[in-house]
Amino acid sequence: MFQSLSDRLSGVFDKLRGRGALSESDVSDAMREVRRALLEADVALDVVRDFTEKVKAKAVGAEVVRSVKPGQMVVKIVNDELVAMLGSTAEPIDLAAVPPVGILMVGLQGSGKTTTTAKIGYRLTNRDRKKVLMASLDTRRPAAQEQLRVLGEQTNVATLPIVAGESPVQIARRAQEVAKIGGYDVVIFDTAGRVTVDEELMDEVAEVKRLVGPHEVLLVADSLTGQDAVTTAKAFDARVGITGIVLTRADGDGRGGAALSMRAVTGKPIKLLGVGEKWDALEEFDPARIAGRILGMGDIVGLVEKAAQTIDMAKAQQIAEKMQKGIFDLDDLGDQIKQMQRMGGMGGVMGMMPGVGKMKDQLAASGMDDKMLKRQHAIITSMTPKERRHPKLLDAKRKRRIAAGSGTKVEEINRLLKQHRQMADMMKMMGKNPSMLKKMAGAMGMGGAGMGGGAPTDAEMAKMQAELAKLDPKALEQLPPELRDMLPKDFPAQGAASKGGGVPGLAGAPKPGLPGLGGLPGLGGGFPKFPSFSGKKK
Amino acid sequence: MTDKDAQKKSGILGRLFGRKETPAAEAQAPKLPQEAPDSLTLEGGDAPAGVAAEVAVSAVLAPAPVAARIEPEPATPPAKKGWLSRLTAGLAKTSSKLSDGITGIFTKRKLDADTLDDLEDLLIQSDLGLETTKRITDTISKGRFEKGIAPDDVRQILSQEVARVLRPVAKPLVIDPAHKPHVVLVVGVNGSGKTTTIGKLAAQYKRDGLSAMIAAGDTFRAAAIDQLKVWGERTNTPVIAREVGADSSGLAYDALQQARDAHADVLLLDTAGRLQNKQALMDELEKIIRVIRKLDSSAPHDVILVLDATTGQNALSQVEVFRQRAGVSGLVMTKLDGTARGGILVAIAAKFALPVHAIGVGEGIDDLAPFDPDDFARTIAQL
Repeated sequence: MFQSLSDRLSGVFDKLRGRGALSESDVSDAMREVRRALLEADVALDVVRDFTEKVKAKAVGAEVVRSVKPGQMVVKIVNDELVAMLGSTAEPIDLAAVPPVGILMVGLQGSGKTTTTAKIGYRLTNRDRKKVLMASLDTRRPAAQEQLRVLGEQTNVATLPIVAGESPVQIARRAQEVAKIGGYDVVIFDTAGRVTVDEELMDEVAEVKRLVGPHEVLLVADSLTGQDAVTTAKAFDARVGITGIVLTRADGDGRGGAALSMRAVTGKPIKLLGVGEKWDALEEFDPARIAGRILGMGDIVGLVEKAAQTIDMAKAQQIAEKMQKGIFDLDDLGDQIKQMQRMGGMGGVMGMMPGVGKMKDQLAASGMDDKMLKRQHAIITSMTPKERRHPKLLDAKRKRRIAAGSGTKVEEINRLLKQHRQMADMMKMMGKNPSMLKKMAGAMGMGGAGMGGGAPTDAEMAKMQAELAKLDPKALEQLPPELRDMLPKDFPAQGAASKGGGVPGLAGAPKPGLPGLGGLPGLGGGFPKFPSFSGKKK
Repeated sequence: MTDKDAQKKSGILGRLFGRKETPAAEAQAPKLPQEAPDSLTLEGGDAPAGVAAEVAVSAVLAPAPVAARIEPEPATPPAKKGWLSRLTAGLAKTSSKLSDGITGIFTKRKLDADTLDDLEDLLIQSDLGLETTKRITDTISKGRFEKGIAPDDVRQILSQEVARVLRPVAKPLVIDPAHKPHVVLVVGVNGSGKTTTIGKLAAQYKRDGLSAMIAAGDTFRAAAIDQLKVWGERTNTPVIAREVGADSSGLAYDALQQARDAHADVLLLDTAGRLQNKQALMDELEKIIRVIRKLDSSAPHDVILVLDATTGQNALSQVEVFRQRAGVSGLVMTKLDGTARGGILVAIAAKFALPVHAIGVGEGIDDLAPFDPDDFARTIAQL
């Protein structure tokens, strides 16, 4: 989700960034593009209009901070507004009430209420150690009650026994009694899907709400929804009064405009995201992170968290030390590849990296994927320890042996070696010249001071913002040329901004010459070092 | 939908979005005729003649809009019943929203860039997509720029443009009697309405005197099989099912075998919902097709993608990927009875030219209507 929106917006920003002065028409043009990008992402029209107007107003009257380029200022304003629109803090499900705490699930047909009910039941049971009862009030769709019963069995969460012929209101009443008597902490009411123009059914769910007085009323909505998202959210909020929104199918390739629209028109927080078919595929919605992801600034916090979960700290430390010395052998490369695989492979890591969103597609198109990582790993493990430490040893004969051992071809080995050489060079340079890191940091246009202001954010947010800002992909353009050359050629993706044009050398050939991509595993692998990396900057 | 929302805006916006509240309040109005047909259907529920009559009515109406000027009211005589009025009622929201907005823009106004922008916004708001929207605004601006323009003309053009895009794709699903059975594979993302659509299709074939069979291929979702069995009972159609978690390609193979042995005319193959960006699930779909081709190399004879009318621009991606991976041959759009405007269908028609076989306008067994582009377009433009 959000990926293509992010692609579109970073295309717009690429044009703005780096320009010395911006005329008002530049801003207007940019806003027109932003408007289109948002509309194409299914953000509701009124929301888009509000958004662009706010940004424009701020951009025109903005105090231009010295050292911050006007273009960057606009990007920052867009970022701040986006965060403001999405809400600045994550709001999880609130269970602070007298048990049994009622949660009422409402939504259109096919939005995913029943599945979400089971996921929430599973989450509250297993993560929060609550005793949960689930009750299906859906007497309309065939076998809907049966579906929840089966889901209850699968997730080991209690469901209200089905009594044929009861009305939704009767079921709700019975569920509440059972929950009270049975000492349940939480009771989740799953209702039938309904269209908002069906007055009778809207009355029914309002009646259920009056009866059970739920602590949370969650609107379950499909994140692939188009412009109708606003109508639906408004109607449910007006008739039933919702406390939060759950967006399902966030693992689809939709652009997530519905999230922005619904939050904006109801002012109710998006609490959870459904991200897959498994029971635990339910994520808390963190607006700041999502805003970062939309703007192509990457979800650094997510990346670091994930890294912390999966990476062997001792090993990372070891690599870091080696890197500082400018040593980087094939063992290190192998370790990095392994770590990347553990972090969810290329796609997982790339999606979270700043400014890499666009490259992701090109990667996919070029077949540079997780299979490749696996093969590269196989190549490295087919080498002797000595060869790994001293890649120069590898002559044609040894390469043939390794190719046979790893089930690959000599060309692939050459490619890997070239890639390794490039990375090793870069490491060497970094090791020799630690000030380069400082230079990098200094070159980053938007300093921490530039961010942070604007929307009310707590300290942690501001810190993260600053971090994001420092890693602004734009900064890559300002890197010392020798360093820039070592990055994959299209990294800042200036060329790639022209949509679909792709990077000729990459997307064109089915088996691309990899020089451009060569550094990638290194980049990803180097990322685990991020915490210490930022430490050095200070 | 509060008054506050309406008052917040001013000027054109106020007119655009202020008006929006009116149709919302009037929602009850279209609802009345919607209830009327309900009772009518109950009376003549088992008389397919009634339905046939409706089709005839629409057939008569169909060629009308080709003429440049038609009398403004033919599509909405309140006496209509059956699916047509359901469609009208279902689409009433769409059209009243659209045409109220259009009237707001064009009365007392010259056609200038701002007006066109507003119109463009309006169409975008109906999920028509940028490309289609651009085409329509271009057509409207051609030769009319800086001239006064009456709202009716705009509606004409809007209706004509929408119909022009949709007309080539309106093709009913034809069951070829040469195939025994004619295999219809039904695919789509989760919650789009595949199972319900199959139930409605089965009912339709029953009415047409065809012998249909259903294969409960959604072996993943809990109770999907039970849901389909209920539809089987309602429509008196045999349902071939296996236990939950069974291999759906194996089931498809067996079902085709059984349908052959029973000399069924149609085999409706349900599948589990899947997001188009899930590789493994799309592979599974390909496998189902591969496996049934072992029995009948020409199967599946139709692959229907079920699209939810509330879906936005992602529907384009759904069509693209499902067509590529599963060879989608036609579409059914569901949930047009809500506030969703289904305008994305226009964009899809413009881009992919895939046949649209039917639309879903409710949860009832008869709530599957043939797709009539002129009605659709006229109702959207409220002519």
